[in-house]
This record gives sequence, structure tokens and C-alpha cells, in this order.
Amino acid sequence: MKRSDLQAMARRELDRQQATRCRLLCCASTPCLSSGAATVQQALEQAVTDNKLDAEVVVVSTGCMGPCSRGPMVTVQLAGQEDTYYENVTPESARQIVAEHVMANQPVADKIMPSDLPFFAKQHKIVLANSGVIDPERLEDYVARDGYAALAHALREMTPEEVCAEISKSGLRGRGGAGYPTGLKWDLVRKAPGEKKYVIANGDEGDPGAYMDRTLMESDPHRLLEGMAIAGYAVGAEQGFLYVRGEYPIAAKRLEKAIRTAERRGLLGSRVLESSFSFRIDIRIGAGAFVCGEETALMASIMGRRGQPTPRPPYPAQSGLWECPTLINNVETFGNIVPIIAHGADWFASVGTAKSKGSKIFALAGKVNTTGLIEVPMGITLREVIDDIGGGVADGFSFKAAQTGGPSGGCIPAEHLDTPMDYESLRALGAIMGSGGLIVMDNASCMPDVAKFFMEFCTDESCGKCVPCRVGTVQMHRILERITNGSAAPADLQILQDLCTMVQETSLCGLGQSAPNPVLSTLRFYREEYEAHIQRHECPAGVCKMTEAPTLELVEALPRRIRELGTIPMSLA
Amino acid sequence: MAVITMTINDELVSGVEGQSLLSLIREQGIELPTLCHLEGLEARGGCRLCLVEMQSTQRLLPACTTTAQEGMSIQTHSERLVRYRRMILELLFAERNHVCAVCVMNGRCELQDEAAKIGMDHVRYDYLVPELPMDATHDKFAIDHNRCILCTRCVSVCDSVEGAHTWDVMGRGVNSRVITDLNQPWGSSRSCTSCGKCVQVCPTGALANKGSTVAEMVKRHDFLQWILDGREKKQWVMHNGGSEGRR
Repeated sequence: MKRSDLQAMARRELDRQQATRCRLLCCASTPCLSSGAATVQQALEQAVTDNKLDAEVVVVSTGCMGPCSRGPMVTVQLAGQEDTYYENVTPESARQIVAEHVMANQPVADKIMPSDLPFFAKQHKIVLANSGVIDPERLEDYVARDGYAALAHALREMTPEEVCAEISKSGLRGRGGAGYPTGLKWDLVRKAPGEKKYVIANGDEGDPGAYMDRTLMESDPHRLLEGMAIAGYAVGAEQGFLYVRGEYPIAAKRLEKAIRTAERRGLLGSRVLESSFSFRIDIRIGAGAFVCGEETALMASIMGRRGQPTPRPPYPAQSGLWECPTLINNVETFGNIVPIIAHGADWFASVGTAKSKGSKIFALAGKVNTTGLIEVPMGITLREVIDDIGGGVADGFSFKAAQTGGPSGGCIPAEHLDTPMDYESLRALGAIMGSGGLIVMDNASCMPDVAKFFMEFCTDESCGKCVPCRVGTVQMHRILERITNGSAAPADLQILQDLCTMVQETSLCGLGQSAPNPVLSTLRFYREEYEAHIQRHECPAGVCKMTEAPTLELVEALPRRIRELGTIPMSLA
Repeated sequence: MAVITMTINDELVSGVEGQSLLSLIREQGIELPTLCHLEGLEARGGCRLCLVEMQSTQRLLPACTTTAQEGMSIQTHSERLVRYRRMILELLFAERNHVCAVCVMNGRCELQDEAAKIGMDHVRYDYLVPELPMDATHDKFAIDHNRCILCTRCVSVCDSVEGAHTWDVMGRGVNSRVITDLNQPWGSSRSCTSCGKCVQVCPTGALANKGSTVAEMVKRHDFLQWILDGREKKQWVMHNGGSEGRR
């Protein structure tokens, strides 16, 4: 396929789409599927056939539309009208939509989700631009929205140096959480000596409650492949690996299909778009280890070894897969490449803050009225995200904390709600941007209990290679267990804090180094809750059962009791 | 080979380019504990005892896997490092059932030595007292998982020196365990050559000769250098006369 063939394909598809009077978009990503989107789609298709509308109405299964808690979602696109979003669609209401909205132009009022809600208005979709609009399993849908044009442009009109320079200029930073400048990383790999180089997309998303990467892989797989191919061209790699978490079968299936389609059309494989550049992508499925999201462990896993991290340096850019220079970026980072090449670095850099450019996808979860997947400009305040996009905390409850970054992140209290969401501001609060998990908690949550939850997660997921993480997390978890069941001693708090700093500073990889963050950040902002558990033997939020008796520190307590009583207590005499 | 100059504990020292920080530190006569690294095996960076402090960034780096570089300045025994080393040793003692009084390596154990050197007189953490099995199915050797600190020297020596790769690790986190073949009894292992290298490099009483009782086991590390010298330099010379064990 040549560039002109690509343009012809786009024209054909656009003509086809314009020929239909109505498109019914039905979300087919995991959250909506789990609430019955498959039967909704069947009902839509059946209703279209029953009413003999096949010629003018098409039903399209798309990727995620965003408000996942209100799924299954259906969008009605009627020619010459604004899109209409329907929430909580059932097979009955699906038939109603076809009968009333499509045929009689009478929208079904009680199921409509108003499109002027702040949930939509405050978002800024760069990476998710196609998500919920195109059929992820059809290459034509993607090409009709200028798909693979950026790759064609880069291959024909840009040198690898220029591609790297463009990415650097855009100010894009790694979306996996640490925020390393992407352009700089690309340039390092490009300049690294070596015949063979590799590109890896990290799709081993493991934070509890986070599903940004899954959605991107499920909703717009070709964007990811195109981003990786551009990266391959920029750094001089001919082989890419897509590491997909084992728990994401739909994502893996759609990517597999996308790769095969793209290879058949000459958009991947040898001589991409009839240029001299070749690029193959293979999928590797993870086996359920959180630590494999760490880049060195991920590479070990790709090479078929035990998924354990190795000390850096050497960094993957110098010596990665089979000791070759390797570029490894998060899936969401690759999702940003196409828009940067297509619209230019300046356009991209106009969104966001001085140091954090572009947008970030968050999986908004927890106690807000609308949860789901959102893409917001960097620098938006937490308050806007929770009150406007999320629709605020449910009536009768008050906001207590927002947890970002999952088991590596921290909790942000109410007094910091006006903090802009960017890499530096979040780090200053002891939280991190992370991959984009954002869990809102109300006053019914107990912070030591939250810390215990994340520590238990780290205990399970520690690979066992280095001592501080392997045993330190277990000991921290046991202390948190004692605090939340009522048997902690006053000295435990200091032991816990000392362990936190030690594990942070001495662990081998990011998992151990960040495992104490949830404890440290809750200790920083909610210390009085820990003290209430230990000293007053009560849980202010009423979550912990406090079933165990407190452990008295006899050495400290006895002399004090003797002083207080003026004599040795009878029971001890 | 180019010479590099760097600072260790405020003293200028010189070494060879490409040399590991650990070997340069030890060349200066400074004792730095390592429970996973053993000279002759691939550096691993797992026990975190050989962490040293970079003066410029205050960052801690494992000396075994870090290459010495021109102009580096490090501290090997700052107050923080010593405190952390002791905590790590305490964590190890709390992890499994290290009861020295009934251990074949009592008096010659590397874990015990390091704890004594650092003055570890008690453990402030909960003993996890896991219930772990022993495997005494092999004719000559036995493994007691209660003493294992998961340093994986056995895995490394079996793979890179003996070339058998009988040993490996299964499970993860605190539930990790070294295994023979695919978690089969050691005695039934068809890949094991019964060379005993794993037993000799094991720092604790986890791997021992059968028949040795409390404090009787003597382990020798010098065989490793002997084999490696023989292979690389074709010199089959035992450096300490071949009669001495460890210490």
C-alpha cells in the first residue's frame, strides 16, 4: 500500500459513512460489555433489521465513550444533528431508541445523558479522540480519521532526527508515571550504538482500579501500532513488542487482529508503505505479575525469563532486550505520538502547563457520582475533576481524600484540592501522577485501612529478589494489620515509619521504592487517625473492627502506672 | 587498561576502568558485607547489604553491580548505611527460622557473622515463623528451606559454573523458594550432577552435606576461583594450599 492508496481508502470509507443516514454507536469495551452491552447491540441490530432500516442505519461497536458507571452507552449519530448519548441502555430501551429516535426523530428523554455536562465539556481528548467513535476492529474506520497519515508523513518527509526533535519539542513526558521526557529517551536510543534495536510498548497496567491502557488498546489499537512504528523509524528499530497484561484478553485479541490487518495492507511488516523501512510488531502476554510493569522485569519476561527486575544502570536505552538498545514507553505515551506528528509539536505544547504538556487519561473511580475514563488537560485542578467531571461526592457524604498512582502513589486531602494535576505538583504532595488511577474516597474510608490494602497488594506482588521489598513489605503490612485490629503498641508507629524510609531508599526497583508511599502520605496528612487507632483504640471512620486487645508496652507502662497509683498494683504485686 | 581515580570515605583511591565498585572497595581493605554476591559469580544486587552512598546525590547504589567511575565519591559506612544494614539483617532473621543453636553452620555462617559484626543483639520485627520443609532425598546433600535467605548463589553457580541449571526459584515475594528441577525432590533430579558446588557457595546452613550435625559443616569458596582460573587462564593452582575451609 502506498500513501495514495491510503488516501483513496479514507475517501471511500468517508463516502460510505456519509451515505448512511444514521450510525448507532454501541460501546464494546470491557466495562460496558460486563453490564450487558453485547445484548444491547444485538437488540439494536435486530430492531434495525425488523424495521427494514438496513440500508440507511448501521450499528457500530466502538471503544470506550467515557462514563463507564453509566454503561452500557449508546451514541446516536443522525446526519445533520448533534450526537446524542444514551446511558444505562437495556435491550428494551435499545428497541425504543430505534423506534422513536431513529425512525420518528423523537429522542428517548429519560435515557439521555446531556452532552453539555461538565463530564464532557471539561475534557480534552487527544489520545482518546477516536475512542467511542470508531470501530476498533476495522482498519477503514481508523484510516478515515487520518489513520496512518502521520506514519506516511514521517517516513516520507522527516528524518529520524527530525522525528525525535519534534517529540522533544512537544514536551511529551512518559505516561507510565515517572514522567521522563519522551523525546530525550528516543534520542538516546537513536544514538546508542548497535545493529539491532527494539521498541516495546508497556501495556502491563496493574494498579488496582486503573484501566487507561486497556481502554486505549481496546478502543483504538491502530493508533498504538502507528505510534510504535513511528518510534521504530525514529530510533532505528525493526522489531517491536507489545506487552499486554494477561487479564486483558479483549485488548490482546483486538491488537492481534489489528496487527494482522495492518501487515496484510503493508502498513506494518517489511517495506512499510512501500518505503525502505520495515517494522514488525509481536504481542507478548503477561502472566499476571504486577512487577512485570517495571521495565527491566518486563524485558526479562519478554525474553522468557523469570519476571524479576535487574539493577539500572545499564538503562534499557543502552542495553535492553538481548543486550540491544531498547526503547520502552507506556501504551499511553505511544498514543500521543500520532497527534504530535500530525498536528505538530507546538499544537501539542499549547495544552497543559509549563513543565507537563498535553493531556492525561485518568480512570476516575470511587465515591463520585459519575465514574469512568476521562482525558483532561495537564494542570487541571483536582477540584474540577471531582466536582465538575465526576459530579461531586454523593449526597450526604463529604470528600476525604483522592488517591492517585495506586500502590505507588499517595492520598491527597481536601486542603490540597486546588493543586494542579501535573508531575511536579503531585510529587510535592507525596503522591504521583502514576499511570492514571484516581480513586476518590469519602469520610466513610479509614486511612490506615487504605494504607493496609495497598501494602497487602505490594506484599503479594513483590518478586522476592531484594530483601527490603520482600520482607519489609510483609513487616509493614503486619504493623498496619495490628493498627487496624487494635493490638498495636505506641512504638509500632516509629518502627513503621523507619521501615518505610528504609524500604524506599534501599529497594532494587520501583515497586519496592514506591511501596511505602501510601503509608507515608497517609501518615503525613492523617496522622491523627493512626494515633486514634493506637492510643484511643478507636477507628474514627468506623471501618476497623478493633477486635484485638491492645499490646501494653510493659517496660514503659509499668513505671508510669506505679507513679500514678503511688504503689505497685495488686494484680502485679 | 585505563586507570581511574575516585574517592572512598574521603580518601583518594585508584582502580582499573570497568572494575566493580565492590572489588575496588575491598581492595582498599574496607569490609563490605555481601550475602548474595560471591566473587566469581555474576553480581545480582539482591541483598542490598553492599549499598554505598553517592556523595553527590545521596543516592544509595549496590557496590556489586555498579561500575567504578572516574571522579565518583562514595561513603561505605555512613550512619544511615549501617542503620539500614542492620535493619536488613533483622528482616532476614525474622523472615525464616534461623535458629543458630541447632544449625549445622553455627559459628561459620555468613549471616550469623554479619549480624555479629554489626552488633545485632535483637530483632525488632515479628518473627514470621513460616512452616517450611526440608528435602533430604539426595544421597549426599540436604536442603533446609528454613535457613535459606534466597540469595540464589546456588542457582547462579549451578547455571553458570556447573552448567546444569538444576536450581531455580519458584513463587514470588516472601513465598519464593529455591527448587530443584521443576520442584521435584532433589534426589530424583536428573539434571543434578551431585557436584556439590551449590552446597559450598551457600552462605548459611540451608545447603549442607548430609551427616553433618550442629556446627560441623565447613564450606569452601576457594574452589570457585580455582575452576574459573583453570578455565580462563589454564592455571590449576589452589591459592591457599587447598586445605583450609572458610576462616
